[in-house]
Amino acid sequence: MDLGLSEEQEMLKASARDFLQKECPKQLVRQLDESEEGYSSELWQKMANQGWMGLVFPEEYGGTGGSFMDLTVLLEEMGHNIVPGPFFSTVVLAALTILTAGSEEQKMELLPKVAGGKAILSFALTEPTASYDAASVRTKADARNGEFVINGTKLFVLNANVADYIVCVARTAETANPEEGISIFLVEARSPGVRCTLLDTLARDKQCEVVFEDVSVSAKNMIGGLGQGWPIVQGVLQKATVAKCAEMVGGAQAALDMAVDYAKERVQFGRPIGSFQAIQHYCANMVTDVSGSRFITYKAAWKVSQGLPAAMDVAIAKAWTGEAYGRVTLLAHQIFGAIGFTMDHDMHLYYRQAKAGEIIFGDSDFQRAIVARELGL
Amino acid sequence: MDFAFSEREEAFRREVEDFITGELPPDWTGKNIHWPGGYGTLTQFEELSPEVERFTRRLAEKGWLTISWPREYGGAGLSHTEQAIFHERMSYHRAPAGEVATLIGGPTIMLFGSDEMKREWLPRIARGETRFWLGYSEPNTGSDLASMQTRAVEDGDDLIINGQKIWGTAAHVAHYAWMAVRTDTTAAPHRGISLVIVDNRSPGISIRPLVNICGLHSFNEVFFDNVRVPKKNIVGEMNKGWYYLMLALDFERLVVPIGGFKRTFEEILQYAVETKHNGQALSRQPSIRNKLASIAIQIEIAYTFFWRAAWMLDRGLVPNIEASVLKLVTTELSQKLANAAMQVMGHYGPLTGASKWAALRGRVCSGYLDCISALVGAGTSEIQRNIIAIRGLGLPAK
Repeated sequence: MDLGLSEEQEMLKASARDFLQKECPKQLVRQLDESEEGYSSELWQKMANQGWMGLVFPEEYGGTGGSFMDLTVLLEEMGHNIVPGPFFSTVVLAALTILTAGSEEQKMELLPKVAGGKAILSFALTEPTASYDAASVRTKADARNGEFVINGTKLFVLNANVADYIVCVARTAETANPEEGISIFLVEARSPGVRCTLLDTLARDKQCEVVFEDVSVSAKNMIGGLGQGWPIVQGVLQKATVAKCAEMVGGAQAALDMAVDYAKERVQFGRPIGSFQAIQHYCANMVTDVSGSRFITYKAAWKVSQGLPAAMDVAIAKAWTGEAYGRVTLLAHQIFGAIGFTMDHDMHLYYRQAKAGEIIFGDSDFQRAIVARELGL
Repeated sequence: MDFAFSEREEAFRREVEDFITGELPPDWTGKNIHWPGGYGTLTQFEELSPEVERFTRRLAEKGWLTISWPREYGGAGLSHTEQAIFHERMSYHRAPAGEVATLIGGPTIMLFGSDEMKREWLPRIARGETRFWLGYSEPNTGSDLASMQTRAVEDGDDLIINGQKIWGTAAHVAHYAWMAVRTDTTAAPHRGISLVIVDNRSPGISIRPLVNICGLHSFNEVFFDNVRVPKKNIVGEMNKGWYYLMLALDFERLVVPIGGFKRTFEEILQYAVETKHNGQALSRQPSIRNKLASIAIQIEIAYTFFWRAAWMLDRGLVPNIEASVLKLVTTELSQKLANAAMQVMGHYGPLTGASKWAALRGRVCSGYLDCISALVGAGTSEIQRNIIAIRGLGLPAK
């Protein structure tokens, strides 16, 4: 057993923290949150230059051949700082779909662009049912004259408003088993018939409604085989779920760090509030939640990284981390008192992220249902 | 990172597993109703049955009764991770695995005892011949341990002890008290405490049973009326007892019944799968599934802290936060598990083992009572949170 990060991972972690402190201060985070695009092309390019976009791509696709574990380490730091932008949708959701199931031609075409910061991708799975099950995929792709024509509405799609390509999960056949008859298409975001509307959300995380109306896609833009899409989606969702946990662990650590620092400095009744047992116990509860989330998330990440069966571990990590991040930010708010309730303070940025993270890819009830199934119940 | 055990660790795990299943009496884990985290149902303390004695002797022969000790003192010379593997398997099988003498007394003597004291006590403890009970708490001394008042005054080559200890688990079946006494009333409270070993048979000692809410005699009140103890039984230096006592907490970090949680949970899980109401298994009910999944998740979290603490100790790191969190999450789990089990079992949960209708030998009924003790014994949850905040996070004490 070795529960430590490798030397390279420690370096990646430290350099990511330094880079983000310098290049992505909270002032920029707020500015981007409030902007329509939700990202800075300058920061995006700098992140690409750091090698982050291509971290897990093999070298022949412009990457550095890192592991999923390396990506987990990076995402924890991104969550710690909060980095508005399409990194998650581009790299974790869309690019990993292409890397896993795309043709050689698709990979050669797109991945080097992503690695170089020259392409932004989005991943369109969920629909108005807001569920992550196969039956909820109602958007249709009909074969017509060697092409596919997509019709339907995708909802809660991250960063589609700035995407160059949208990876769209659609139904190509009506089958008794909803997990069959699903295919994945690479759609140019500016294709005729694609209409994107930005949703105003709690975390200001640039979710979109994307309406596909008679959108023609060439058959060679299918990712994976016809009707073979669902297992690919499941694999990507599993990785994305762990990746989101890693972000949440980082965010929860940041909230804890901020609150502990404040508790040591803030004086009331002639002593630092951190000397009061009530505050100490809040902090103890927070560190319990943060550490537990980290350990369980890294265990799930390790299993995914090793290609081991991970359904149980991933569900456990998400069920726990999603709720833990919420608890941690609430306690941190309690410690900050009134000042934390101001727009100028950073705490609310994390409080918002926590709820968004808890919901995406299935909330804790959803994850516990998976755990129950995996327990053989 | 590598969450898998090494080949050596796997081999050791198999060896431990084989030993336990080979040496424990048949159906031992079924008969033993110990509730994980609880202090009231530790059956090996309740009555030292010949079965437990025999198993303890076999453990001692194998060198595993004092598994954490260095080899020179009769220990197994293992890594912390291997010790953790041992404790995990032992607790999974609810096997009796050492007590105050092996876990606290011996290791403290090794560090601070005189050569004479080491020669006198360590071999006997390692052979499983000498059992201690822990004499720290007093009626007015609980979480504020340094306020203890049981007094020891010097008289020639002896100490004379007067006072009262309470919660002496298994004092009635142990041989010696491993106790803390006040030897200086003028110094600051924590600078006037000494550790001393006292023979239970000394004139002036009287032991009175305290029956816990599970109906079992696990605790005792022990009264000291002019009890004479040779000074050579003082551990280390006079008035340094508080320091030794605090350090000894480090020896117990991995002695957590982690496997017991898994085992008990598996039994409840099996009950939910096998028990049908109106033709449908309990495990098909969404509320029960959610409840059981939630417990499974928390057990997994507890395990991560357990392995993490062991891994840190092997690297010379001090798991201040991790060890206290491990205590905190496992004890709270003790209560959550009991509650979940009651919910799954409904009317059958509160049946004692005496009823012919009882399921799981009534362990959930007694466990529901015993889990109260988990958050109180060996440092309350509040004390653990203080330690995490002050020692772990560096928050100011005042």
